Amino acid sequence: MTGSALLFYVFGALALASAVLVVTGKNAIASAVYLVVAFFNLAGLYVLLEAHFLAASQILVYAGAITVLILFVIMLLDVSQLVRLQGSRNAIARSLGIVLAGLFAILLASQLAPGEVGFPEKLPEGFGTVESIGDLLFDRYLLAFELVSVLLLAAIVAAVAIAHREGESTP
Amino acid sequence: MLLDLTMVLVRIALMLLVVLQVIPLLIWWERKVSAYIQSRRGPAYASAGPLRLFGIVHTLTDVVKLIGKEDITPSQANKPFHFIAPAIAMFVALLTFAVVPYSGSVVIDGREFSLQAANLNAGILYILAIASLGVYGILLAAWSSNNKYTILGGLRSSSQLVSYELVMSLALVGALMVYGSLELGKAVTHQSGPFWHWGAVVQPVAALLFIVCAFAETNRNPFDLPEGESEIVAGYHVEYSSLRFALFFMAEYANMIVASGVIATLFFGGYEIPFLPTETLRANAAPILRIVLLATAAGGTLAGLFFGYLFFQGNERGPRDPDAAALAVLFGFGPAVAAGAVLALTGGGHFEFGPTGASLVAAVLQFACFMAKLLFFAFLFIWVRWTLPRFRYDQLMRLGWKYMLPLALLNVLATAFILERMAK
Repeated sequence: MTGSALLFYVFGALALASAVLVVTGKNAIASAVYLVVAFFNLAGLYVLLEAHFLAASQILVYAGAITVLILFVIMLLDVSQLVRLQGSRNAIARSLGIVLAGLFAILLASQLAPGEVGFPEKLPEGFGTVESIGDLLFDRYLLAFELVSVLLLAAIVAAVAIAHREGESTP
Repeated sequence: MLLDLTMVLVRIALMLLVVLQVIPLLIWWERKVSAYIQSRRGPAYASAGPLRLFGIVHTLTDVVKLIGKEDITPSQANKPFHFIAPAIAMFVALLTFAVVPYSGSVVIDGREFSLQAANLNAGILYILAIASLGVYGILLAAWSSNNKYTILGGLRSSSQLVSYELVMSLALVGALMVYGSLELGKAVTHQSGPFWHWGAVVQPVAALLFIVCAFAETNRNPFDLPEGESEIVAGYHVEYSSLRFALFFMAEYANMIVASGVIATLFFGGYEIPFLPTETLRANAAPILRIVLLATAAGGTLAGLFFGYLFFQGNERGPRDPDAAALAVLFGFGPAVAAGAVLALTGGGHFEFGPTGASLVAAVLQFACFMAKLLFFAFLFIWVRWTLPRFRYDQLMRLGWKYMLPLALLNVLATAFILERMAK
């Protein structure tokens, strides 16, 4: 086993373990922190795949911004109410969730051929650099990129509209 | 292989040394500069024998005090998070510096070794990413302490950091468009030559916005709302004492040092000496070294004479000032004699350098240049803290979202137009 493969298993195991802890943890803050650990290990996996840009953006966007907002909201809310919500899942939702998760696991397993973890022997010139990703985003996938940005803009406008209804005084 | 390993260790050790060794210096500066600005004398009592060294000894007694204090964990605190939060703050502060090049490359056996701990293609993005994690140290400390003041500090800190991070990234976009790369090494070489190649001259708006955001990201005045001692006691670290408080304290200064290094690298030419690009430095290593030695000998003698004069003037405790004598030896006659001895031994400074020697001379000079710039911006942080009052919370948010964000967007737009024009 090469060093990269060893690191892959370490990062992968840590990512899976922390992801499980996110779901099973009783403490909402601890769950959010485990989420950050999971993101960190995912970023480690990206680095192993020579995708440095993706790894940095992963940490910047998910660990650095989104989870901070999640923590922010959890701290503002009464956490004891959140704990009460956990008990209120009904049996139908639970069994449906288990069936769907099982189907997804079968789908994943069918796609992953059994065998060694493989790393590409030879990468094309400039693979994973900012330049190559920029070329893809602003050339080949320009339309998709612009549409996604419009979608995000729509989400922001909608959020502002909901938070700031006409005629209501702002807090 | 051995050479590679040694160089990796040397680079990491130098990086840690830069950050960790400047922290006590800055703590001393903070006291001394604040005293000067407020017309006080500053730390004047702690002494090692007859020496007070203008209050540097006071910093040493600080360390002893912090180690000696009782380390308290509140009984209602969440202990694991309370324990790990200061470590996160310090870890993040030290890690950010990894991609900052603190000197030009060194040539050994015909191979170039760049002097930075890690040379990443997405270097600037790495800085933004790791710096954005700093908020976890504060947030977890705030929440785990189980105290209303700490929670308020933590909430302020997280909303402040998330708001100013955005402006920071957008300000950087303008500069990146000019440099054409996310690698910090390339940003520095792009700024080599005369000082009007510096990012601060080419991208003044981006430089200003970035410096303001750096203040906000390091929680320094006028953006130190997370601590705001007049409103929320001491914010997120109210419940910390002893060495764990010291970690937060050191992390704040480490953050300042890293921010100063990044500002110097991105907008003020980094390690490049104005008018002396790396190639010129290497080609003329021998004459430049001779000039530096002559200047050290002359300047050291003058400084030694000045401190000697102060020694005979005495201080308020006696007719002779032992501090001035120490300074005269350390910064005056000592370096002057050393430089003079080197000049005498080489027959008036006739050096012969191979590529390794020339690159080493260049690297040492560039390291000195980088440290000078870094220390200047660290001084700026202290200067601003004792000059400006703290923002109110709504003013802070308004400044970030209503003024700085649109300005940063306009800067990106204007830069794009100008670059497009120049390309034609």
